[in-house]
Amino acid sequence: MTTLPDSTDRSLGLVIDLDTCVGCHACVVACKEWNTGAYGAPLSDQDAYGAAPSGTFLNRVHSYEVTPADAPAMVVHFPKSCLHCSDAPCVTVCPTGASYKRVEDGIVLVNESDCIGCGLCAWACPYGAREMDRAAGVMKKCTLCVDRIYNDTLPEEDRVPSCVRTCPAGARHFGDLSDPESSVFQLVEARGGMDLMPEQGTRPVNKYLPPRDRDALPEMDVLGPLLAPVEAQPGGFLGWLDRTLEKL
Amino acid sequence: MHPAPSLIAFTTLSGLGFGLIFWLGLGLPDATGWVALTFATIAMGLATAGLLSSLFHLGNPQRFMKALTQWRSSWLSREGVLAVVTLTMFALYTLLWVWFDMRFRPLGLVCGGLALATVYCTAMIYAQMKGVPRWHSAFVPLLFLGYALGGGALLAGQVRMAGPLLLLLTGLQILAWWRGDGAFARAGTSLGTATGLGDRGVVRPLEPPQTGTNYLLDEMAYRVARRRSRALRLIAILGIGLVPGLGMLVLPTGHALALLFVLAHLLGTMAARWLFYAEAEHVVGLYYGRR
Repeated sequence: MTTLPDSTDRSLGLVIDLDTCVGCHACVVACKEWNTGAYGAPLSDQDAYGAAPSGTFLNRVHSYEVTPADAPAMVVHFPKSCLHCSDAPCVTVCPTGASYKRVEDGIVLVNESDCIGCGLCAWACPYGAREMDRAAGVMKKCTLCVDRIYNDTLPEEDRVPSCVRTCPAGARHFGDLSDPESSVFQLVEARGGMDLMPEQGTRPVNKYLPPRDRDALPEMDVLGPLLAPVEAQPGGFLGWLDRTLEKL
Repeated sequence: MHPAPSLIAFTTLSGLGFGLIFWLGLGLPDATGWVALTFATIAMGLATAGLLSSLFHLGNPQRFMKALTQWRSSWLSREGVLAVVTLTMFALYTLLWVWFDMRFRPLGLVCGGLALATVYCTAMIYAQMKGVPRWHSAFVPLLFLGYALGGGALLAGQVRMAGPLLLLLTGLQILAWWRGDGAFARAGTSLGTATGLGDRGVVRPLEPPQTGTNYLLDEMAYRVARRRSRALRLIAILGIGLVPGLGMLVLPTGHALALLFVLAHLLGTMAARWLFYAEAEHVVGLYYGRR
């Protein structure tokens, strides 16, 4: 059923710390590795060793440069995957009922055996979180590693999404964002977690923690002001040498 | 957005077909026997050909029947259901009309209403897309209905209706282009809101996530076709309205000339539909520094 639930029991999602992310793309690789062999069709590549390689990824890392008016420019690495929106526009457009948002934990999933590959959900998503797999002809998206987080056969520390487990910088956090007691909820409160494209009205579950302001160094050059400026026009011997050299 | 030939063919042909069904259902033109059968076949043929060509857009077309299930929430599903119902009812109407020489008016009106409703659903598939500001507009259903009514009247040989309708449609299309050109800016989505970093300063893409292309860029940040926008707009204006619209008001009518007008209208509609996709900019392009 492609209508959205009025509310979900939990809101599982990610909190991504833009202050900490170093842009190593380890989460991209870990995501591809886990999800190409797990739930649903594999994440195919096209022309992988040729001139124009492309492929299906559920998580991609962009890099941006932000230039404040009164400070030096800074680089922000920006991982982007499905935000598991509360008002997910991708779900309601689905003509077959393949796309759905789970009532129990809020995860947005695709039932691939019902997907006809029309691509409408990818159009509806403002974030580019859904990609059609060009080999299987079905829509792929982040499952929040639904086959890890409830998987009793895995050690407890591995029961988080693959991208979170692998992040060497600790920039990715996983939890229930509807629970005020959860660490992710408190992290969002403390750091001013934000929504992407709030004007699109999607109410994303995933939050992004903004980069902290860079330290502004105070004026450290105590001797500088006392030194006489170097003369623009050298005089004396140097001046004579300069004029002589110019004549040659 | 990527102007997929299957989608251009689908929206153009099925729009014309359902437009013709509307006029035939209204009881126009007054024909019987073979002429009636020809009109009905053209109408159903166009609508069906359009729907079939949309199947080529699917990754798994063999499961298309599943697309008829979600009519409560999905415009695409509603369109599918209404198209099937309309074509079935119209086939029944045609049967009574051609073989029993009985033009059952209530059924015809139902067919006409259903045909317009189908076209409206097609338009809403696009108009609901908030992430594509140019599409997220009341102009889209108005235009799609205008193309169906005008083109349908042209195919039905309703000269007095088609002329003014097509000229009206041309005006509406020009207005829609004019409003659409500023839609992205009015929507207020920028790389600043997309990254949440806009409050801190000017945001600029530094490195894309991959060296090559991907599905998102091919499908939603397709820019190749926009360079010829002015020429295509001119072709569209001449084709959809000025040539057939003015022609029908001024020139005497005949089958040869009518065929010419239909072809001109088809060409113009395809040019306009190409632009409808090619000029539509998806907000996801912002993440990649292109629109």
